[in-house]
Amino acid sequence: MKPSIPAEELLRPGHQACQGCGATIAMRYALKGLGPKTILVVPACCWTVIAGSAPRSSVGVPLLHSPFAAAAATATGVKQALVQKGDLETQVMVWAGDGSTYDIGLQAWSGAADRGEDILYACYDNEAYMNTGIQRSGATPRGAWTMTTPDAPGSQRPPKDIGAIVRAHRPAYFATATPAFSEDMVRKFQKARAIKGFRFIHVLSPCPPGWKYDPGETVSLSRLAVQTGIFPLYEVEDERLRLNMRPAKLKPVEEFLAPQGRFKKLTPDQRRAIQQDVERRWEAWAA
Amino acid sequence: MKKVLMGNHAAALGAALARVDVAAAYPITPQTQSVELLAELAAKGDFKGRFVLADSEHSAMSILLGAASVGARTFTSTSSHGLAYMHELLHWVAGARLPVVMVEVNRALAAPWNLWTDQTDSLSQRDTGWMQFYCATSQEVLDTVLQAYRVAERVRLPAMVVLDGFTLSHTYEPVDVPSQAAADAFLPPYQPPDILDPARPISLGGLTMPKEYFRLRRRIDHDMRRALGEIAAAGRDFQTQFGRGCGLVEDYRCEDAATILVTAGAVGSTAQEAVDSLRAEGLRAGCLRLRVFRPFPTQALRACLPPRARLAVVDRSYSPGASGIFFQEIKAALYPSRREIAGYVAGLGGGDITVEFLRDIWRDADAGRAVADDPAWVEDAR
Repeated sequence: MKPSIPAEELLRPGHQACQGCGATIAMRYALKGLGPKTILVVPACCWTVIAGSAPRSSVGVPLLHSPFAAAAATATGVKQALVQKGDLETQVMVWAGDGSTYDIGLQAWSGAADRGEDILYACYDNEAYMNTGIQRSGATPRGAWTMTTPDAPGSQRPPKDIGAIVRAHRPAYFATATPAFSEDMVRKFQKARAIKGFRFIHVLSPCPPGWKYDPGETVSLSRLAVQTGIFPLYEVEDERLRLNMRPAKLKPVEEFLAPQGRFKKLTPDQRRAIQQDVERRWEAWAA
Repeated sequence: MKKVLMGNHAAALGAALARVDVAAAYPITPQTQSVELLAELAAKGDFKGRFVLADSEHSAMSILLGAASVGARTFTSTSSHGLAYMHELLHWVAGARLPVVMVEVNRALAAPWNLWTDQTDSLSQRDTGWMQFYCATSQEVLDTVLQAYRVAERVRLPAMVVLDGFTLSHTYEPVDVPSQAAADAFLPPYQPPDILDPARPISLGGLTMPKEYFRLRRRIDHDMRRALGEIAAAGRDFQTQFGRGCGLVEDYRCEDAATILVTAGAVGSTAQEAVDSLRAEGLRAGCLRLRVFRPFPTQALRACLPPRARLAVVDRSYSPGASGIFFQEIKAALYPSRREIAGYVAGLGGGDITVEFLRDIWRDADAGRAVADDPAWVEDAR
């Protein structure tokens, strides 16, 4: 039987992730999509640790660590130098968390997108500063508990709409992905690899300690995020949006919220508001 | 070929002659013409590397971090706030042992806003692990860019080539621009070690434990000290090939001097004029210019100072609560010493340091009026 995704494993055993880490499964699929002719640039984020301490590495491709706000610019330099040396084939991918993408490194990737740099920017979004111990980021959902939004009802503000921010730059390619839909995810990284210019993939990456759920539930939460309409899977090419998964009927958001301790203190009103938000957005998309 | 150039153009031509692979920069007064000329040379095909106009200085230096990590020869230029904004990356690039070369145009830091020359910007990057060269002429800027690449690539540390804002950056001077062949003969192509290559995957910059970190830092210091010899050798070879060049320090009429003006940057050439005029009056004046600040040229400095000569260190920089920055460094380098060393803080924020002003300072120091541990803040009354 032919596997539906490449069998080659570029994620090595011995990585230093937490049990059930979504960002590690995500890297595995991303690298299956990109293949070995890839250079990774990783700013300060969970993957700074997961990659392994020097001189060991948990990935089978070169990896350059960069300062927190510097990933997209560092990747720009890697790519420009490769092109100058005549290597037009090697793919350069930023692999950054939501903190560096939504907050501290936003300017650098905005600049790279504006210049049309030929790099792939992947944000594995676990919806808070998890590596530093769960502080609120620009990606944290409304109502979620973090160490810096400790009181009920948690974070007061909705997350930034990163898809809208990226798309305002008119990138060559934009897509969302999450590890539960592995074939969809691998296909998107394969597709991104073949496109020239600035590409961005937003990966929802469940985090057991940060979201406070059983590590065995990572894939199921990743799936529920899509099935409830919380995290729609779509891609944008030539500024045309295509929804990749259109469930006949959305599951109630409660199925996604209930297993997570970070939403424990949500009031019934807040839960209804989240459901309504999702439905409103879904109707706009379905139209 | 002799051309009449501003310092900023000399800097950009130096980078082009060095066959830089990737240049990235962000505009800031008074550095802008070096960025514009590189963009123009790239558009005309006279600069064969890639030029990226970055979204900030932080990004510009990050671009060079990435480019140098795959083996590119890299260049940027900046000034003042731009340099301060890069600060994080300066540490990173030095720690990563990447031979980036940067031209830095001295300008005062705000608040309040000020556009003019002041060495506090570059001197506050003292501990980042970058070599620092201070230039007195536009010729020296171009020549030092070529020498800086040679030294940086041999010791695997980055280098900053510093020139005064406006005084040098915008002043037109005759500059002998080497041919490409002559520049190539002096500066061989970069042979990078340990680079990122998918055929041989390695990880760079990953987490290290205290023991490894300590040893890596110690190696930086070792190689920084080794750079003293490499800088002197590059200066000698440059002298042999081009008939001009300088070493770690430039001493002028110091042999029998009673009092020596110590400076860095363009003031160094003004100081020579001041010394000539004082000598014409029969006074035993000399001057000494530090061309290299990091690594600090302790031995070279000691070697050209007569045993009892007084020093008058003129600083266009200040560390609040302490003193002028060269003053501190020179006192530390000469310790223990019974020599009188006086510090003068002058020309912060671009105040002119003229021949007459330097003569006043020299006379004050020569008369022994300066208080040793208390730097004098001096203004030109004229």
